[in-house]
Amino acid sequence: MSPKTTKIMQIANQPDDGEIDRILYTYGGDKSSLIQILLDAQSTFHWLPQNVLRRISEQLGIALSEVYRTASFYKALSLVPRGRHLIRICMGTACHVRGSPRILGKIEQFLNIRAGETTRDMRFSLERVNCLGCCALGPVIVVDGEAHGNLTPAEVEGILNRYE
Amino acid sequence: MTRLTTSSQLNLLRKEILARGEPGRLYITICSGTGCRAYASETVRAAFAQEIEKQCLENKIELKGTGCHGFCEKGPLVVIYPEGILYVQVKVQDVSEIVTQTIHRKIVERLLFVDPLSGEKILHEEDVPFYRHQYRLVLGNNSRIDPKRIEDYIALDGYSALAKVLFEMSPEEVIEQVKYSNLRGRGGGGFPTGRKWEECRHAPGTIKYVMVNADEGDPGAYMDRSLLEGNPHSVLEGLTIGAYAIGAHEGYIYVRQEYPLAVENVNIALDQARKLGLLGQNILGSGFDFDVKVHRGAGAFVSGESSALMTALEGKVGEPRPKYIHTIVSGLWNRPSNLNNVETWANIPLIINRGAAWFASIGTKGSTGTKIFSLVGKVTNTGLVEVPMGTSLKDIIYKIGGGILNGKKFKAVQTGGPSGGCIPERLIDSPVDFDELTRLGSMMGSGGMIVMDEDTCMVDTARYFLDFLAEESCGKCTPCREGIDQMLAILIDITEGKGELGDLGLLEEIAEVTQDASLCALGQTAANPVLSTIQYFRDEYKAHIDEKRCPAGVCKALLSFYIEPEKCRACLRCLKNCPSEAIVGGKNQIHVIDQEKCIRCGICFDVCPDKFRAVLKLSGVPVPPSLPVEGRTIIRKRTAS
Repeated sequence: MSPKTTKIMQIANQPDDGEIDRILYTYGGDKSSLIQILLDAQSTFHWLPQNVLRRISEQLGIALSEVYRTASFYKALSLVPRGRHLIRICMGTACHVRGSPRILGKIEQFLNIRAGETTRDMRFSLERVNCLGCCALGPVIVVDGEAHGNLTPAEVEGILNRYE
Repeated sequence: MTRLTTSSQLNLLRKEILARGEPGRLYITICSGTGCRAYASETVRAAFAQEIEKQCLENKIELKGTGCHGFCEKGPLVVIYPEGILYVQVKVQDVSEIVTQTIHRKIVERLLFVDPLSGEKILHEEDVPFYRHQYRLVLGNNSRIDPKRIEDYIALDGYSALAKVLFEMSPEEVIEQVKYSNLRGRGGGGFPTGRKWEECRHAPGTIKYVMVNADEGDPGAYMDRSLLEGNPHSVLEGLTIGAYAIGAHEGYIYVRQEYPLAVENVNIALDQARKLGLLGQNILGSGFDFDVKVHRGAGAFVSGESSALMTALEGKVGEPRPKYIHTIVSGLWNRPSNLNNVETWANIPLIINRGAAWFASIGTKGSTGTKIFSLVGKVTNTGLVEVPMGTSLKDIIYKIGGGILNGKKFKAVQTGGPSGGCIPERLIDSPVDFDELTRLGSMMGSGGMIVMDEDTCMVDTARYFLDFLAEESCGKCTPCREGIDQMLAILIDITEGKGELGDLGLLEEIAEVTQDASLCALGQTAANPVLSTIQYFRDEYKAHIDEKRCPAGVCKALLSFYIEPEKCRACLRCLKNCPSEAIVGGKNQIHVIDQEKCIRCGICFDVCPDKFRAVLKLSGVPVPPSLPVEGRTIIRKRTAS
């Protein structure tokens, strides 16, 4: 893990057990709900810190290694904190043929991070997704749920500068 | 809502709902699918609500948010009923005018769709060429109903097929009908649905499961999402009929978490169906019990494979397992499990209501019915298209899709997602059905159809799919994990100008082993994008390997950008936009690219004004030497004052 990521993990919030238990409670301790519980934890805490994984493991009676395996297998689950704004760039085929690799290159160069990383100031996280299903807008990025379509690399800076 | 306990109560409810709608009532419907939402359709919808209230027209005009209409290119789409007038690309500022004109039964001319070929304005939705050449059996109701209201679905004969099955047909008769219709799985494999059901019904065990696969992972394909978002009850009705035929009492809908609206609408649909007694214990008083759970996928392409999906439903990591025993016999919790795709399930009520013979008469002999395609990429009309099986690629791309974007030249169409292949221009007259696409080295897949033009590099396309698959391969079996990685490494080398003689042979060799020895369909089909592009576009591979040239001008390492001194007017546009400060120049100084600093992002090429077009994209040829500094000054002629 890079020093940058370690630093970010120290400053990010660590949820307490009560918050985790509230999620567990809605599934009634059902082991087969592990993925659903992790998804809910992800959307509540924006990442899955160690103590969340430990608590889930204890409460469900699933080995920590298995919980970790699941959390690291799926793309929607993140083991590192995410920034204030989440940029999702569509890398689906339709966007690819319409030039998304050039948009990705421009964002990576502008923010000085690679896809999957968070900027040092916690302002942006950048995530690649495989299809957002709004192919008519390609190439498209979605920042905090807001879609920006038919992009050219030259427009990227102006759009990102709108998010503080 | 009161619980319905007989089939005649359902009929009564339908009559009641229909009686409520006065004939000739004005409806303003706005598409609330994900595509239109990305164009801010929800803001437009709120503006409509406000405007209707402001003009005190709540009693005269009803506003309705509907499912995806499919013509995503022109969103947000607004249709006025009963006339069926279509307005395209509607913005908040158009809302007041639309409401005012609609109440006076007038038309807002400027918002009508203009046919790009004839230049004529088209009034009705059904006359737009994009819709006119389609046959929208499954998708059609999307634009007529509010997916959050079960009443809308019931009004359109919804759940009548379920009632018919429960009270008039035996499970065996249902299976016979589905078999006779020759419906084949819409998720990719094309396995006959009726036979699958029959095997599951006869599989040993008392507890059985039915499932909806809505883990639509193919990039560039979104028909399942649109159906589930736009008409969730049609899928639910199909699933319940399947459960009755197979003898299952529990069902699952596995849907990607990337589709939040689909998850929301499905959950609402389940709730409403339970309240009406169309789901749960003793459905419509028939004695048949069935209920459904929703499971959200957490973002893994391989989890869409049947055995992997069922492992994920058990709460474990969604990886495939060897299928010596098919999931039909031993699937979820080692019990007989029948998994079908969203679109397959949505076809079932149609077959029951209108008859298997009718269904079998549509399409081709081997592939019956219609198929929804998501027509995307470099095509003029992006959107969802439903046509009878056997329609030619040409008709889909040109008649419905309106041809290639910006008048470019068509090169290939990619079907079948990452497991599919690219079909070249010379085969464009081929009919689209399961067997024909397989014969061409591609496959139907879930129905993604990505159009590529002359600016698309086929080697890069193969690299793109292998890159996708390398990331999505779970790594459990060696042929898939290593085979994909090695093919990808070779393709990256080729796109970076490090391709060698013999690379193509090696690619074909690895492809064969990966196909033959992989555990699941992901690996078995992973080589298709490579093999089909080599088969049809060998010249392009050769250009990359032998001449270090990318004919489409896509592969960065084989490109250079160069400013033609005669054309440059020193406008500073490229200089200011260059992210790597590679452009030297100034006011009245012809701009020159420092090739050492250039990162080949192409921004200069994009921003150079059309009237100059001074930036050239070069591949396979040396960059001309740059102009000496002394010769760079532009002397502009002063106009006489």
